[in-house]
Amino acid sequence: MTALVFYVFATILVLSATMVISARNPVHSVLFLILGFFNAAGLFLLAGAEFLAMLLIIVYVGAVAVLFLFVVMMLDIRVSEAREGLQRYAPFGAAVGAVLFAELILAFGHWRIAPAIDAVPHLGQAAGETNTAALGDLIYTHYVLLFQACGLVLLVAMIGAIVLTLRERPTGRRQDIERQHARTVADTLELRRLPLGRSVRELGGFARPTSYSEAAAKGSYDPHAPVLSDESRGE
Amino acid sequence: MTHDLGGVGLGPYLTVSAILLVLGVFGIFLNRKNIIIILMSMELILLSANLNFVAFSSALGDLSGQVFTLFVLTIAAAEAAIGLAIVTVFFRNRGSIQVEDVTMMKG
Repeated sequence: MTALVFYVFATILVLSATMVISARNPVHSVLFLILGFFNAAGLFLLAGAEFLAMLLIIVYVGAVAVLFLFVVMMLDIRVSEAREGLQRYAPFGAAVGAVLFAELILAFGHWRIAPAIDAVPHLGQAAGETNTAALGDLIYTHYVLLFQACGLVLLVAMIGAIVLTLRERPTGRRQDIERQHARTVADTLELRRLPLGRSVRELGGFARPTSYSEAAAKGSYDPHAPVLSDESRGE
Repeated sequence: MTHDLGGVGLGPYLTVSAILLVLGVFGIFLNRKNIIIILMSMELILLSANLNFVAFSSALGDLSGQVFTLFVLTIAAAEAAIGLAIVTVFFRNRGSIQVEDVTMMKG
């Protein structure tokens, strides 16, 4: 019965992987990638790796694949021209793939587990222990440095993605600390002595700058600069 | 405690993993016009590596393979984030994500 489940999962995984690389529409590719990840999670479950199966669904389907979907939908890709050149590269790719597959089949036909492997102490799963608890025991003791390094990798990836995609808008108004410190009371506050019954307006008003372009630091703001939109940048 | 891999043994797992790897490599050659599908093919390749790790981990009764799968998943997520950020910036600058258009560093 479990063998049947395995073959169902494996077949759908291979078929969806085929569709990922051959679908005309990139959105369909991402959706088939999600289907493939679900079936790979099923295979992980059959192999007894429950925690990794859940991780694959939550992290991959929930975050990475949806990130792919966002990017595919955000970028305006013309589907028709995205498939040109297929015939040019398909024979070469098929040749490389066939050679690789033949080599893998040759390797699979002639391997065996080294008989001395049982002499090596195994980091196994105790009889009554769940897979998640066993993995946690291992990650936080034996592999703690690698685990911390993974955290660093994720931090660097996060900072890198932000640095790459952050865009400086020319019309942005930001804090200029030097200019704030250079301000004096006389720049900001104006005191007028008003005679009885007269208004400020009748005496000529306050000597305030009238618009932001006058108040801004020299060269930091151009009121005539065109506002760049994504459409004008794309061309 | 060794696991019987759902009663099918190690061979079918390795075969599925090999097919996934070959499909991923083939996808890189096939989709020269679309960098996003190339990134997805790389995800397929990493998934096949993960499948191998998990299958051997269960067959040998050693959890190290699953720990390394965890690390591979981390690296794959980081790679996807950085890769998609680069694709977004490239599309913003050039209006295209074709591999043939990436010639700005050619002298």
